[in-house]
Amino acid sequence: MIDVPSIADLNLTVTFPAVFLALFTMVVLIVDLFIPKDRKIRTAHLTLGGLVVAFVWNVLVFDSNQTALGGMYIADSFSGFINFIALTAAIITCFLSVDYLKRTGIEQGEFYSLLLFSTAGVMFMGAASDLIVVFIALEILSIPLYVMAAMRYRDAKSEESGLKYFILGAFASAFFLYGAALVYGATGTTSLPEIFASVEGIVATDSGARLYLVLGAALIFVGLGFKVAVVPFHMWTPDVYEGAPTPVTAFMSVAAKAGGFAALLRLMVIALPELTANIGDTIAIWQTTIAIVAAATMILGNFVAIVQTNVKRMLAYSSIAHAGYILMGVAAVGTIGVAEEATRAALIYMLAYTFTNLGAFAVVMALEKDDGSGTQIADFKGLSRSRPLLAVMMAFFMLSLTGVPTTAGFIGKFLLFGAALEAGLVLLTIIGVLTSVVSAYYYVRIIVNMYLEDGEGDPAEGATQYLNYATYAAFAGTLIIGLFPFLAVNLLDTMMIAGLF
Amino acid sequence: MPEALSVGSSLSLTTITLFLPMVGLTILLFMNEEKDKDAIKWTAFGFTIATFIASLLMAFNFDVNDAGLQMAQRNDWLPQLGISYFVGVDGLSMLMVLLSTIIMPIAVMASFRAGVLEERGRSKLYYIFMLLLEWAMIGVFVVQDLIIFYIFWEVTLVPMYFLIGIWGAENRVYAAVKFFLYTMAGSILMLLAILYVGNAAGTFAVPEIIAGVQSGQLTFVMDGVFSEQSFLFLGFLIAFAIKVPIWPLHSWLPDAHVQAPTAGSVVLAGVLLKMGTYAMIRFNLPMFPEASVTWAPVVAGLGVIGIIYGAWVCYAQTDMKKLVAYSSVSHLGFVVLGIFSLTPQGIQGATIQMISHGISTGGLFLMVGMLYERRHTKLMAAYGGIWKAMPVFGGIGLIISLSSMGLPGLNGFVGEFTILLGAIGSGVLGIGFALVATVGVILAAVYILKMFQAIFMGELDKEENMNLPDLHWQEIAVLVPILLLIFWIGLQPSAWFDMLDATTASLIAGIADFAPEIIVQAGS
Repeated sequence: MIDVPSIADLNLTVTFPAVFLALFTMVVLIVDLFIPKDRKIRTAHLTLGGLVVAFVWNVLVFDSNQTALGGMYIADSFSGFINFIALTAAIITCFLSVDYLKRTGIEQGEFYSLLLFSTAGVMFMGAASDLIVVFIALEILSIPLYVMAAMRYRDAKSEESGLKYFILGAFASAFFLYGAALVYGATGTTSLPEIFASVEGIVATDSGARLYLVLGAALIFVGLGFKVAVVPFHMWTPDVYEGAPTPVTAFMSVAAKAGGFAALLRLMVIALPELTANIGDTIAIWQTTIAIVAAATMILGNFVAIVQTNVKRMLAYSSIAHAGYILMGVAAVGTIGVAEEATRAALIYMLAYTFTNLGAFAVVMALEKDDGSGTQIADFKGLSRSRPLLAVMMAFFMLSLTGVPTTAGFIGKFLLFGAALEAGLVLLTIIGVLTSVVSAYYYVRIIVNMYLEDGEGDPAEGATQYLNYATYAAFAGTLIIGLFPFLAVNLLDTMMIAGLF
Repeated sequence: MPEALSVGSSLSLTTITLFLPMVGLTILLFMNEEKDKDAIKWTAFGFTIATFIASLLMAFNFDVNDAGLQMAQRNDWLPQLGISYFVGVDGLSMLMVLLSTIIMPIAVMASFRAGVLEERGRSKLYYIFMLLLEWAMIGVFVVQDLIIFYIFWEVTLVPMYFLIGIWGAENRVYAAVKFFLYTMAGSILMLLAILYVGNAAGTFAVPEIIAGVQSGQLTFVMDGVFSEQSFLFLGFLIAFAIKVPIWPLHSWLPDAHVQAPTAGSVVLAGVLLKMGTYAMIRFNLPMFPEASVTWAPVVAGLGVIGIIYGAWVCYAQTDMKKLVAYSSVSHLGFVVLGIFSLTPQGIQGATIQMISHGISTGGLFLMVGMLYERRHTKLMAAYGGIWKAMPVFGGIGLIISLSSMGLPGLNGFVGEFTILLGAIGSGVLGIGFALVATVGVILAAVYILKMFQAIFMGELDKEENMNLPDLHWQEIAVLVPILLLIFWIGLQPSAWFDMLDATTASLIAGIADFAPEIIVQAGS
C-alpha cells in the first residue's frame, strides 16, 4: 500500500526558488521561439527577470529550515546560501553573455534556457537530501553545460571542449551512480539522514557493510571530484575551459563547482561524518584521503598555472588550485566538532571566489577578440593606460585570487586556514599557505603586464555596457566581502548554521 | 581564555589620524590627471601635513606615565571569530606614528621635482599610492588586533610594489616582483602563526593575548628549542626578519632600493623597514617570552653578522644608492641587537635608533636623489669636488653623513650608544656581541666617509659637474626638518626616552616574570 502524499505534504513553497527556476526555463524556451533573431536581447531580459524573482524569493524563504518533497529536498540555510551563490553567478553570467554572444556570432535564445537549467541544477544539488536527487541534480547541472561548451560550433576547439566535457562527465556520473548503489547496498536507504543514522551501527559491528560504505563514499567522491576538478580528476579542465565560450567558462568555474562542493559537503557533513575507523574516533576515515587530494590539487594547480601564457588556461589551472583550497575545508569537516566552522569557511570561500573569478573572466572577455584570440598574457600590456578603471579592477581581482588582505579572497583563505588548523590539519594548511605564495607569482604577472609594461592601442574593445555592469557587480562583491566580511558571515549564520546542525 | 578588555567604541584621535590619508586618497580619485596637475600634488601634500598635525595632537594628548593603550577605540569587525577593529597607541606606537607622519610629507614634497614623474607621467596614481602607503603604515603601528594588523601589513606591499614597478629605474619589474614575492612569502607564514595563536586564545586582540600570557591563563608550550612556542615565535619572526631585513634574508633590499624612485626609497628605508623591528618588540617579546630568551642569542647574533656584513659590503660599492641600501642592513642590525638584548636600555635604544635611521637614511636617499636629478648617474666615480659647485648642499650633506655614522651630538650616536649599553648589560648575550658590534661603528665611519669624500671632496675636475645648480628652495624645505630632528634627538634625547619608559617596562614584563635575573642584571 502506497501512501499518496497530498500537495500540502510536499511543502512546495520552500522549494519555490529552484522549482520556479526550472519551470521558468520552459517558459523562456517557448517564449524565445517568438522573439525575432535580431532581438534576442529580450530573451536575456526575460531570463534576468526570472533569476531576480528566484533571487528575491530565495531571500524570503531563506531560513525556513524545512524539508519538502517527502524529505528528499531540504530547504535550510545551507541550500539558501548555495542558491544565493548560484543565482548571483547566473545573473552576472547573463550580463556577461549578452554582448559577447552577439559579437562572436553565436547568439541563440537556447543559451539562456540552458543557463537557467544549469542554475536550477546547482540549486537542487545544494538542497538534495537524497542520493537519487543528488544524481538527478548532477545531470540537470551538467547536461546543459555540455551543450553550452560546444556552442561556438564553428570553432573546433569549442567542439573539442563540449565533447571532452561530455564524455568525462558521463564517466563521472557513472562513478557517482556506482558509489550511490554501494552506499544503498550498505545502508538500505538513499536518504542522507537515514544513512547518517545507520553509519554508527555499521562502524560498531565492523561488518562487510563498512567496506561497501567506504567504497561507495570513495566512488561518490570520484564522481563529484570530476565535477569540481580536483587532482587527479582534473585533466579535462584546461581544454574545456579554453575551448568553451568565455561566459560559459566563467559560469562553469564558479557555479558547477559550487554545485559539486555543495553535494560533497552535504554528503560528508550530513551522511558520513561519523564514518570512523573505530567508535569514539574523532576523525572520519575519509579525511586523510581528501586531505591528500586537496594538497595535490593545490600544488599541481598552482605550479602548472605558472607556465601558462593563455589567461583562460591560466584561470583554468587556478580554478583547479582553488578547488583544492575548498577541498581543504571539506577535509576539515572530517574532524568532529569542526564541521560547522569548516562548512562556513568553505561556503564563504565559494562566494568570494564566485565574485572574484567572474570579475576576472569579465575582464578577459573585454580583451577577447571576436575570433577568440586576444587572451594571451601579453595582450594585457598597457591596459592601465588605455582603461585605467578596468585595470584597477583586474588588479584587485588578481590580488583577491592571491589572497591579499582587503579583498574577498583573503577572507575566504583566512577562514579556511583557520578551520583547517583547528581540525588539526597543520601540514595541509602549510601547503595551502605556501602554494598561495606560488600563486602570487602568476597572478602578479598579469598586474605586471597591465601596469609595468607599455602596450599599444586599446586592447579592451570588448568592454561593452553589459559587460561593464557585470565587472562592476563582481568588483563590488569582492570589495564588500573583503572590507566588511561580517556581512557575508552574518548572512550565512542566520541562514545556515541552525539548519544544518 | 583571557578576559576581554573593555575599550570605548567612540571615534578616537587615532582613528582620525589613521583615516586622514584615506580621505585625501578619495579626493584624489575624483581629480583630473591632466587638468589638476598641480592641485593633485598639493592635495596629496596637504593631507600628509594634515595627518602630521593630527599625529602631533595625539602626541600632545599622550600621557608618558601611562603604560597602557591611549586614545584607544574598539569596534566589532568579525565578532564570530573574535576579530575587532582595535586601535590605540602606547609610547612605542606613538613614536612610530610620528616617524611615519614626518617622513611622508618629506617624501611627497621630494617627489615634486622628480624627473621620473615628468617622464612617465601618471602623477595622480603616484600620489594615490603614496597616501595608500601612509594609511597602511600608520595602520600597522596603531592596530592592536592580530588579523587587522596582518591586513595592514600586507597592504603596505601593494603601493610599494607599484611605486617601484612603475616609477623605478631600468630593472624595476624584476625588483618589484622580487620585493612582492619575498615579503609575501614571509608574511603568509605569519598568518598561520596568527591563526594558531588566535585559536588558542579565542581572541585576536593583542593586549588580551599578552595579558593572558602574563597571567598564565594562556600558555604556549616551551620544552626544548623546537617546541610549540618556538615555532610560533619563528613564524612571526621570519616575517619580520624579511622586512627588516636581517641577514641572510636581506637580498631583496638592495634591488628594491636601487630601483625604487627616491621617495619610494625614503619611505622604504624610513618607515617600512621599521615595521619589522617594531613588530618584533610589539609581538615577539611579550607574546612568547620564553622563546624570546631562548632564541635571543641566535637572533642577536644574526643582527651582529648583519652589522659587519652590511658595513663590509658597503665599502665595496661604487653605486651611492646601493651603498646607502646596504648601510640599512648594518644599521638595522644594531636595532635587532638592541631588541634581543632583552634589556630596557637595549629596547629603548633600538626604538630611538629606528627613528634616527629613518631620518638619517631618509636624508641620504634624498641627497642621492638630488644628485641623480642633476647628473643622471648614481656612480660615485662621476662626482668629486661637488662641495665647490654646491656649497649649501655640501654643508647639509656633511651633517647628514655624520649623523648616519653616529657622531656624538647627533642623532645616530644616541641610539647606537644605548643599544651597546644594553647589549653589554644583557643577561642573555655575552660581552662578545657588543664588542663585535662596536667594530661596526668604526666600519660605518669608514664607508660613510669614503662616500662623502668621493662625492664632495677633491678637485672639481669633471666638466659636467662645474655648473651644477645648488639646491632649490623646495629641496631645502625637504631637508630642513631632517636637520632639525638630527640635532633635536642628538642634543636632547631625554624627551624621546621619556615616551618609552613606561611602555618598555610593560612590554618585557613577561620576560621579567619568569627570568628576573636577566632584567635585574641589566638594570643594576
